[in-house]
Amino acid sequence: MSTIKIRSKHLADYTLVRTLIAHPMETGKRKDDDTGELIPAHFIQTMNFYLNQQLMSQCQMGVGVAKNPFFSFHIKATQPGDIISISWTDNLGYSDTAKHIIQ
Amino acid sequence: MTISYRMNATSVAIVFCLFFVSTLIWASPIEDRQQIRAFYQQLFPQLKLADYAQGVYAIDPDAKASWLAIEEFPPYELALEQGEILFKQPFANGSGYADCFANKGIAIAQNYPYWDKQKQQIITLASALNECRQNNHLPPLAYGKGEISYLLAYMAFTSRDQLINTQIPDDSPAALAAYLQGQAYFYQRRGQLNFSCASCHLDNAGKYIRSEILSPALGHTTHWPAYRLNTGEMGTLHRRFMVCNKLIRAPVDPAQSNALRQLEYYLSFMDFGLPLNGPSTRK
Repeated sequence: MSTIKIRSKHLADYTLVRTLIAHPMETGKRKDDDTGELIPAHFIQTMNFYLNQQLMSQCQMGVGVAKNPFFSFHIKATQPGDIISISWTDNLGYSDTAKHIIQ
Repeated sequence: MTISYRMNATSVAIVFCLFFVSTLIWASPIEDRQQIRAFYQQLFPQLKLADYAQGVYAIDPDAKASWLAIEEFPPYELALEQGEILFKQPFANGSGYADCFANKGIAIAQNYPYWDKQKQQIITLASALNECRQNNHLPPLAYGKGEISYLLAYMAFTSRDQLINTQIPDDSPAALAAYLQGQAYFYQRRGQLNFSCASCHLDNAGKYIRSEILSPALGHTTHWPAYRLNTGEMGTLHRRFMVCNKLIRAPVDPAQSNALRQLEYYLSFMDFGLPLNGPSTRK
């Protein structure tokens, strides 16, 4: 199961692409309710957004972004069949990527 | 002598009045439902019955617009996906959640809560899930949030657009008593603020409480579990009941306690025939 969900929708003069990423986004400052120990930081550092394998946008993220981040992008001039791919890498070295074909 | 005679006469008169008034006021559950619906019909003449399933968004156009935008790509999808995995995962003994329910657990949420004649208590969908776990020698899940809300989300999703089918069996006076206790809980003022459920959601439905519009009680059981934007996670109906009690600074009845089950039973009976639309997003 991919951690990334992508949807797209045609609007009047652009295509709206929305993405929801399942990620804990731990700041490293929170304490465990039961043990009182700090929960280690675990957050996405970079997220790349590609259109037809061309890098369109790169987000540098930190601990200020909420759990399960949601992003939306407006793209002009897309055609049906264009491929969007989104990938992320976090501070513990985990990563994921997902593809979406614009209808 | 005269005083005591007078007192006797007064008390007889009071008892007579109470008896007379109570026979006048006592209505059957179906009449209760008609009265409540007629009340809301008068308050919100623009709404059809099915609209109440949208909760406060049915009467708040601005909030509805943003809600509909959120519902296009709803935040509960992650929980829904997880719920489906949990639901389909077999237990150690080979059976699964599906084996505990009619129709393999698909499209059945509208039949809950119901009165179980053998156990002489109200069975809610959440309690049925935990009973299923117990029968399979698994520890019960915590009610309120977490795993149980994911399971409920999946079961609610498969039951979307089914019409709520909560009934009070005619041949079971205990079921009627449970309904009446649920109704009494709904109207009973309590807590430091001396509010009842009805104070906000019946008497003042549609009015502002600080920045928020109060939702009508009709439709309160249609859309659970819900992803609450204020907590950022899925929560169950009983968790919401508990928050309400906390907000009016009343003693908090625990989730799936008798009192809250009776309240759910009462509200579901009021919602008979409304479409289910859970899981959902709520402010």
